[in-house]
Amino acid sequence: MYISEQNKRGWRLLGVPFIFAIFLLAVPIATMTALSFWTQDYLTLIKTITFENYKQAWFQPVFQTLFARSLLISITVTFFTILFAFPIAYYISFYGGKRKALWLFLITIPFWTSYLLRMFLWKVILGYNGVLNSFFEWLGVITEPLTFLLYNSNAVVLALVHGWAPFAILPIFVSLEKIDRSLLEASNDLGDNSFNQFFRIILPLSMPGVIGAVLIIFIPCIGDYITPKLVGGPEGLMIANMIQVQFSKANNAPLAAALSVTSLLIVGIIALAFVFLNRKYLKNY
Amino acid sequence: MKKSNKIFKSIVILFLTFLYAPALLLPIFSFNNSKVIAFPLTGFSTIWFEELFYENTLHNALLNSLVIAISSTILATILGTLVARASTRYIFYGKKISITFILVPLILPEIILGVCLLTVLIQLGLELNLWSVVLGHTLLITPFSTLIMVSAFNNLDISLEEASLDLGMSSLQTFRIIILPMVSPGLISSLLIGFVISLDEFIIAFFLTGVEPTLPVYIWSQFRFPAKLPSTMALGTILLIVSLILVSLFEYFRRKMELYNN
Repeated sequence: MYISEQNKRGWRLLGVPFIFAIFLLAVPIATMTALSFWTQDYLTLIKTITFENYKQAWFQPVFQTLFARSLLISITVTFFTILFAFPIAYYISFYGGKRKALWLFLITIPFWTSYLLRMFLWKVILGYNGVLNSFFEWLGVITEPLTFLLYNSNAVVLALVHGWAPFAILPIFVSLEKIDRSLLEASNDLGDNSFNQFFRIILPLSMPGVIGAVLIIFIPCIGDYITPKLVGGPEGLMIANMIQVQFSKANNAPLAAALSVTSLLIVGIIALAFVFLNRKYLKNY
Repeated sequence: MKKSNKIFKSIVILFLTFLYAPALLLPIFSFNNSKVIAFPLTGFSTIWFEELFYENTLHNALLNSLVIAISSTILATILGTLVARASTRYIFYGKKISITFILVPLILPEIILGVCLLTVLIQLGLELNLWSVVLGHTLLITPFSTLIMVSAFNNLDISLEEASLDLGMSSLQTFRIIILPMVSPGLISSLLIGFVISLDEFIIAFFLTGVEPTLPVYIWSQFRFPAKLPSTMALGTILLIVSLILVSLFEYFRRKMELYNN
């Protein structure tokens, strides 16, 4: 087929979805960016370009705290999720035998409950009169309900680690499956112990999966609204909660837009830097 | 080696318990006859399920969610199929960048998508209703459909298509008789997964829904009332069972797709 014919047929198929994405993705992002440079006086927009919203978003302590906390929570969640997910993926890949598919299915089952309900369940579990406290009281382990369980950043981290675990297990599992087992035999034959084998062969070769998992978890976590709202309390709120408040109650859409653009920049820069730093592991991808 | 294997297995089982514990609370407490979600359990009851039958707002929310899920899933699957076909069959100018662009919603936090779409709808002075949510969900699901359909089209042997064209079938006939049946497991997977994503999606719906709540928006509003807790758990149990059925179907069709491959 001639190149021009390929071009024509390709674009004939891609045209509609591409125009759809332009109108629902490019135009909205552009509008939001424009809005972030405007100001709002009650209900009327003042369309003079100003950096006032960014000055607030970047330099007011309340927003700085929220950005810092969102980042810290997302990084902690990503770290612990991968720390837990790796042994599971490793076990399934190396010891799963014929039942690998069954193991993977078992791991994903709990995650088909709605995300909203799963996060809410953590509130029910950790609450003052919650499942955990009432269970321990029933057993007689404690006499007073424990109050440090709910409404802080740790509760948010716990709920998010639980919520995102399968998204880490699956990509790590896929990259572990791709490791040529004869490399391990060779290293065994040449006298490598299992510690060296892990750090010199298995971990480097599974890095593409780990990098994928980091991106899959880190990006949505930083913008999570539900979890901090349900289990975070005032000390565990994150940037998404502030964006929503600015948009609705505070009636300051331009500031909300500036906060959104800033989050997007932070996420983008960190994701790109992370991929760049780990580029040697991604050569073959 | 044997011993470390056993330790490993117990770690995995411990972790599975952690993964399952919250979801298991749903059926446990939705059949418990107490108004409080706490131990010890007080007795078996199905009143919380019965209560759901009389919740008219719930029925409306469910209907809204179904309309949104069905419309956005079908739209997204059509768009995803077009993208996947273009991606797997033709080489053309601007292919990589335009397809990457269509996949961007995969890596955008949902709150950003919600804010962006809301901004543009307000600027255009459009009314928020179910259709704004349908558009938002279509945007969100299209990348998933695209990825599923790309693997479906990759499994398709191009020579079958060429043979059909050589033997005098029109391209429409070829599409209907050859291509469509062969990618149908992919199509069904895409419809199922899109349906589950849309039914579960909260934040975009929360921003774009206007006065008509979807199911997750309804559930969110119930969280404020402690008295509604047990019936919300009952609703959660039903949702868990429904999505389990859908996901098992998805798994079945995915395997079928892999069989075509071999």
